[in-house]
Amino acid sequence: MRVALFVTCVTDTLYPGTGRATVALLERLGVEVDFPAEQSCCGQPQFNTGYRREAEPLVRRHAEAFRGYDHVVTPSGSCAAMVRENHPRIAARSEDAALERAVAEVAPRTYELSEFLVDVLGVTDVGAHYPHTVTYHPTCHGLRTLGLGDRPRRLLERVRGLELVELPGAAECCGFGGTFAVKNAAVSAAMGADKARDIEGTGAEAVCAVDNSCLMHIGGILARRGSTVRPVHLAEILAATDSTHNADGPGHDGRRTR
Amino acid sequence: MSGRTHLGMPAFPEAATSATRDARLRRNLRHATGTIRAKRAEAVAELPDWAELRAAGAAIKDRTLRHLDHYLEQLEEAVTAAGGTVHWAADAAEANRIVTELVRATGETEVVKVKSMATQEIGLNAALEKAGIRAYETDLAELIVQLGDDLPSHILVPAIHRNREEIRDVFRGRMSRWGRPAPEGLTDDPAELAEAARLHLREKFLRAKVGVSGANFMVAETGTLVVVESEGNGRMCLTLPETLISVVGIEKVVPTWRDLEVFLQLLPRSSTAERMNPYTSMWTGTTDSETADGPRDFHLVLLDNGRTDALADTVGRQALRCIRCSACLNVCPVYERAGGHAYGSAYPGPIGAILTPQLRGTTTELDASLPYASSLCGACYEVCPVAIDIPQVLVYLRERVAEGGEVTVRGQRTTIRPARGHAAERAAMRAARWALDHPGALRAGQRLAARTRRLHPRRLPGPGRAWTASRDLPAVPAESFRDWWRRTRDDRAEGDRR
Repeated sequence: MRVALFVTCVTDTLYPGTGRATVALLERLGVEVDFPAEQSCCGQPQFNTGYRREAEPLVRRHAEAFRGYDHVVTPSGSCAAMVRENHPRIAARSEDAALERAVAEVAPRTYELSEFLVDVLGVTDVGAHYPHTVTYHPTCHGLRTLGLGDRPRRLLERVRGLELVELPGAAECCGFGGTFAVKNAAVSAAMGADKARDIEGTGAEAVCAVDNSCLMHIGGILARRGSTVRPVHLAEILAATDSTHNADGPGHDGRRTR
Repeated sequence: MSGRTHLGMPAFPEAATSATRDARLRRNLRHATGTIRAKRAEAVAELPDWAELRAAGAAIKDRTLRHLDHYLEQLEEAVTAAGGTVHWAADAAEANRIVTELVRATGETEVVKVKSMATQEIGLNAALEKAGIRAYETDLAELIVQLGDDLPSHILVPAIHRNREEIRDVFRGRMSRWGRPAPEGLTDDPAELAEAARLHLREKFLRAKVGVSGANFMVAETGTLVVVESEGNGRMCLTLPETLISVVGIEKVVPTWRDLEVFLQLLPRSSTAERMNPYTSMWTGTTDSETADGPRDFHLVLLDNGRTDALADTVGRQALRCIRCSACLNVCPVYERAGGHAYGSAYPGPIGAILTPQLRGTTTELDASLPYASSLCGACYEVCPVAIDIPQVLVYLRERVAEGGEVTVRGQRTTIRPARGHAAERAAMRAARWALDHPGALRAGQRLAARTRRLHPRRLPGPGRAWTASRDLPAVPAESFRDWWRRTRDDRAEGDRR
């Protein structure tokens, strides 16, 4: 089985710890992971802001970089959704039959991490150990576009030492929304503040999600409020074991906030 | 007097910013949308075949829209055969002119109104007022809005932004200017408020000779119009006056009664969380008997006002499936914080963000800002009873704003330029795309950021200021994932690095 890691531009640049954790986790489960160096961004910021023509070359690059793999795995619900849902739409409007074919080959084989673990590998107990109280925020594209359902929760429930606490209003958007956070800053901040308050109210040490972009927004608001709750990506929890776990706290070395 | 209009309103982000600072508004909205959201979820969960009903609703609407000309002609024929008169209005001005002339012909200077989105859309009340005709809203929430010289802020609950104390103050202070005053010592008890409205409105129902309504549906095969409502005021307006004028968007037609059945299940559960709405009134043409209920003179004004242009758009046309249930408003986290007025249209919320720029175009700053009034969370699509993929249409309309493109205006295909004010953003998007399409440049940028990480400011200038105003920035790591992989895993790394 040839599996490629699509690390995403946000994780690559700002949260490399999530990428390293994904690799460690998959290798621990016996998956041989490749990292196609020609990969870049899925084009989501461009496409979602209305610049389809700027997104198109990135769609082409993506389809070429990941051609020929059995599966593509990514630690991001929104980037997986972009590839599966919108790459075919962009290809269809490009009037380029070769691009359509290339996208049709790659898009359906692209999985968000929890989907890949549960649906392709068929595992829910990944042998992780993470002795902390955690609340789970299901990110919008993972929840609604991909339909991840309870997969991330099923994985978290099997982590030894982890206590999962319910997040009230979990399904409500955190307010990130890519360029929405800048274009409609006041509404975005108001949504984020409500989300941060709900998270703090759970008493959890960490808030977990499958998207670093949402966690960047949530974590930035929590940090500004002086909160002790740490944002942590699902991959980092699932990669943690008795030997690797950092006893200092629930955070990961790749996730510091200024 | 209700002289307020949506004209000249600021762009969405500006209006929304002031709304987020209004603590009372946020409290009112959070309470109201939260309550209705939970009730709707329960009402929908009762039906095991909701997904099939939803698909059927979407399919019927799509089929009808594909053959809209045919069904409208069938409708016109049936309405005419039943004694009604059909008028075609290309835009708001024409519709207002037709209604004004029809009212004038009766010699009356007052009309009673059934809550209607179409007449809000065209600003009928203000047009009638200019002609010396007073239009009385009879829906409780519309009455509150009208008395308060306010604008509606929700499709189903136009006064959702007001709480009981505010409504009491409006009744006490303003009712007397429009008719029967509020009873002495009126409190904010809901039953008292309802009774005050009932007494005030009853005088108008009994006096009115002309009624103006919209319609939720029009059945082509029999020429029947349908209004669903909760209060019964609509039925009073539809049955008591001698003349009834109904202004209805052309997309409201359904082919047959069998099709109607699907929507009479979808609409109440989605909008008011009711299994069936309390009043379903249907009327077909005129009645000629002195003793029977219903109008002796019936006019149907079929309103286009941008609808056929939207219909010409293969992606955006799905907005015309909308049955105005307002479920998307009630689940929208953006609507909940920005309030309905920020959308600057009779259609607020997610559906307004895709409908308004299609009906009005994207030339004004406000209309160009509407497709961006969403975090694309997808909750609106999930609850839509006719499966309008609102996030997809939002992104599609953003493209129109940012890059321009082909649109249909008054039936003519036209190429429009990007909306103003997007040049800097376009340049940034191009630069970002170039860097992302050149992994060498991307890596160089990552390394530069890593090397200078101790120097990064806590607060950003320019557009980034919006981010750092309320959030901390993440720290740039010492090494990108890409570099880590090359350093530790990639056999070819040494060769590449030369």
